[in-house]
Amino acid sequence: MRAKKTRLIAVFHTTAAAMAMERACARLGAPGRLIPAPRSITAGCGMCWAAPPEDGEAVRDAARQAGVEVAGWHVAEI
Amino acid sequence: MIYLDSAATALWRPPQVVQAAAEAMCALGSASRGVHGGSLAANRTVYAAREKLAAFFGCPRPDHVIFTCNATEALNIAISGLFRPGDHVISTDLEHNSVLRPLYRLEREGGVPVDFVPADRLGRLDYGAFARLLRPETRAIVCTHASNLTGELVDIPRIGQFARDRGLLLVVDAAQTAGVFPLHMEKMGIDVLCFTGHKGLMGPQGTGGLCVRPGVEIRPWKVGGTGIQTYSPTQPEAYPTRLEAGTLNGHGIAGLSAALDFLAEKGIDSIRTRERALMERFYLGVRDLPEVEIYGDFSRERAAIVSLNLGEEDAGAVADALYQDYGIAVRAGGHCAPRMHRALGTGERGAVRFSFSWVNTPEEVDAAIRALEELSR
Repeated sequence: MRAKKTRLIAVFHTTAAAMAMERACARLGAPGRLIPAPRSITAGCGMCWAAPPEDGEAVRDAARQAGVEVAGWHVAEI
Repeated sequence: MIYLDSAATALWRPPQVVQAAAEAMCALGSASRGVHGGSLAANRTVYAAREKLAAFFGCPRPDHVIFTCNATEALNIAISGLFRPGDHVISTDLEHNSVLRPLYRLEREGGVPVDFVPADRLGRLDYGAFARLLRPETRAIVCTHASNLTGELVDIPRIGQFARDRGLLLVVDAAQTAGVFPLHMEKMGIDVLCFTGHKGLMGPQGTGGLCVRPGVEIRPWKVGGTGIQTYSPTQPEAYPTRLEAGTLNGHGIAGLSAALDFLAEKGIDSIRTRERALMERFYLGVRDLPEVEIYGDFSRERAAIVSLNLGEEDAGAVADALYQDYGIAVRAGGHCAPRMHRALGTGERGAVRFSFSWVNTPEEVDAAIRALEELSR
């Protein structure tokens, strides 16, 4: 398996919210990508947004600006 | 074939709709099932369609656009999920069976009485009846935007204001108008807008949906796989997943999304203007023919539908003659609108319906006029 990295994780109640997050981050230049939600922190939707923790502010800003409903923020080794 | 049955379904579709659906069939995985490229492509396609539909219908949130396979399914979801025993609903004589049968079932099995605003012999609603039918327990008005039988257009902003002033929900069946007439949920006071993708929107059959105003709670009509909250025994609460159990029609939705792009470029005003001109050309060409009886009020804005009968001829026989002898495709029969037929006085015999699309030509309309002229001799 790949070496684990620390990631900031945003989880969502629905796939629609995850897609809204992807759209928002692309539009606002926030880093990250959609990945399968880790079992340890899943909050419903099967996918989550994963980004380097140091970009947390930009990612959270993107979600806020776009009004994306984030079910929870986590930091995890994945 | 001269196709004058667009109220049933569009025959012509923009080439980009066909292309988008075909490409999707080769490229899309299942939306909300996995996070690989195929699944994400489906998710992106579906979400982009939600965004376009939300903008198109004035729905405040893309995640409150729910996909179904047609308007009937959308109406079933809304009607079966909004009410509780003891509620009362007002509907109209103009409705299609896609509204009537769910309401009748709700009345019969769900303890929700329904009253209907009557239509007159021209198929026009008695708007004053909304107030007369109101009860303390009235919860909603469910009505069509336009009659699929006569083309009579319903004044939705007026009903929306009436509903808003009294705290009622307004559920609108836009099957005959979406893609042709402007619809804006917020401006028109619509709480739930049900649409089909394959008529005026020119998308594939098997597409449709409902747009739900945030704050309106609809219980799920079907439950099952959603790709999320797998271990929960109940359907997820959040829209749109709440109402979208099972694999979505990603291929159809891709086509519908392309159709919305086409409509944005073409503009629905130009479509409506052309359809109206074709309908008026036909109406003026046949209204004075002997034996022709036309139903509806043609003095005001209306959908591009002309329903008629020819003397005492069976409507089915007229439709068959039109197709077999002239290659003109129309629909005959009851058109799933029993209450409207009774209002028009055609309850026993039905009618022949000519419905026009912006892709029809004046020459096609003239051919239909000549055919009716010959048949009426």
